[in-house]
Amino acid sequence: MTDIKATMDALPGLDHRAPLLQIDDLHVEFRTRDGVAKAVNGASFWLSPGETLAILGESGCGKSVTAQAIMGILESPPGHITAGEIRYRGVDLLKLPEVQRRKVRANRIAMIFQDALSALNPVYTVGFQLAELFRVHRGMSRSDARNRAVDLLDQVKIPGARSRVNDYPHQFSGGMRQRVMIAMALALDPEVLIADEPTTALDVTVQAQIMGLLAELQRQRNMGLILITHDMGVVADVADRISVMYAGRVVEEAPVHDIYARPGHPYTRALLESIPRLDLKGRQLNVIRGLPPALTDIPRGCAFNPRCRYAKDPCRQDPAPPAYAIAPHRTARCHFFREVLGE
Amino acid sequence: MFRYIVRRLLQMILTFFGATFVVFALMFANQDDPIQALVGEKQASDSLRAALTERYHLDEGFLTQYWYYMKGLLTGDLGKSLTGRDISEMLADAWPVTIRLALLAVLIAAAIAVTTGVYAGIRRGGLFDNGTLLMTLLLLAMPIVVLAPLAQLVFAMELRWFPATTTKDATPYELLLPAIVLATTVIATQLRVTRTSVVENLRADYVRTARAKGLAPRRVTWVHVLRNSLIPVITLIGVDLGVLMSGAIVTEEVFNIPGVGFNLARGIRTEDGPLVVGFVSVLVIIFLVVNLAVDLLYAALDPRIRYE
Repeated sequence: MTDIKATMDALPGLDHRAPLLQIDDLHVEFRTRDGVAKAVNGASFWLSPGETLAILGESGCGKSVTAQAIMGILESPPGHITAGEIRYRGVDLLKLPEVQRRKVRANRIAMIFQDALSALNPVYTVGFQLAELFRVHRGMSRSDARNRAVDLLDQVKIPGARSRVNDYPHQFSGGMRQRVMIAMALALDPEVLIADEPTTALDVTVQAQIMGLLAELQRQRNMGLILITHDMGVVADVADRISVMYAGRVVEEAPVHDIYARPGHPYTRALLESIPRLDLKGRQLNVIRGLPPALTDIPRGCAFNPRCRYAKDPCRQDPAPPAYAIAPHRTARCHFFREVLGE
Repeated sequence: MFRYIVRRLLQMILTFFGATFVVFALMFANQDDPIQALVGEKQASDSLRAALTERYHLDEGFLTQYWYYMKGLLTGDLGKSLTGRDISEMLADAWPVTIRLALLAVLIAAAIAVTTGVYAGIRRGGLFDNGTLLMTLLLLAMPIVVLAPLAQLVFAMELRWFPATTTKDATPYELLLPAIVLATTVIATQLRVTRTSVVENLRADYVRTARAKGLAPRRVTWVHVLRNSLIPVITLIGVDLGVLMSGAIVTEEVFNIPGVGFNLARGIRTEDGPLVVGFVSVLVIIFLVVNLAVDLLYAALDPRIRYE
């Protein structure tokens, strides 16, 4: 059996006292024939063990690209990480040779994708796809690996795991398939789990079950969870902290309750106002006017300024607003955060 | 899986009757005076005419004749060729040679097409990819009537790497050059389909998952991508196998291989009706069996078909 702990301890710069995961000033761009799309423009956040960080934002704000950069599965070309650091326990993953980087994947940092039907290989049984992890990373025998696969399906509460292990992805329902995905991500006991819109493709009732399961498994294992979503309802229930992303930047970061009570960035505020609420039934819903900027042509200054009702001249000029510390443990990239907070 | 096989077998029987019916109807419609054709130049006497009409049921209607033809076909009695030889005997001589040739050709083509196609797909847009594109275009542009004699001239006559013609036994070594020539006719399409399929599958979400699992690129390609990519390629290879068995006429003529195409070509030239119909009927059966095998293989590769 491959000793994974020894392999991990040999990572250069490993420091068990360092933060579990720290992303610093990450820049990712896609070089396409139509120009350079700047998908991530200086994203920074951190994650501690047992904590849930929600990354919130509209489609195209760079949240999935950030996740793929952390995993090291960015399609390249066209994707390129141009600046920044991704540190796992002090180890700069971006400087790691590919062979070691591959060991970090699934062993220490794992990921769940949105659409489990397309994310699972249609021509192999779920048992094969789960057992593969143990065979490749742990050098287990075929039968040992298969038994572990059954255990995993049990852990994610799939009924009849012993027989279902031989089924193919298309034979599972949407919710059960997402459980298989979760089992696959948790197979090698990672410390960080990145869930990219894990419930978006599911029914509302199934969504709640999956989120409940994720929360339970996270508690048992004291895992750090990065939950990528555009659904503020999901976030409120499970997240500890929220990072709101817009045009490839974290525009606001705050503990979950603070942000719902008093948003510090106009974009967060607009997002909250666009949630339908029962007590405002019958009234016109507030929507954010305009569209997110094209990533090939991000506005000068604050990227949100063309859609912002607080925007004034300084917002339209470079440099973009810095991350103001607006309260303990809170930052917002808005020159006029005081107005937004309503002080 | 069992239900799938039964359903496919039933479909096959239906196709068999349909296809042989068409073949027979074409022959029936094309019949001018089969007795005169059989007798040749001199005038057929009335007694001979009566005897032959009796033997071949020529005075019966179309459906009755079809019935006799089917009965013969199913009991392995295909009648006699105009040369006087038993057609079933001729088939027994010709088929093994052709099957060997076609299998060898398909094996060569598939092995080269799949490996090259996968590498071209991985390095899409690179030098290797564009190089193979050029090669396949060249092969596609070269008709077999040019390629077969050319290969014979260069590799057999000049370089003497292979024998120029085959003997009656047609050993695999003798069949190698004709098989390579035959392979070139199908290799281009197989390669392009493999390449496109690989390119498509590399973009699939499950590939991203496989990479997120920390698998080495080699494993991602040859375990995860390949099996998915092969699904359309297998169908094509099966169709090609059928085509090669029936369509090796030019190659078998050039290399003097005593196979099905060789006999068929001679039968058509000498207007040997019973021979042509007999050979074509068996071709239909072979084609159906190959297609069934392909469909079963297809189901083995893609579970979604198996459980439909």
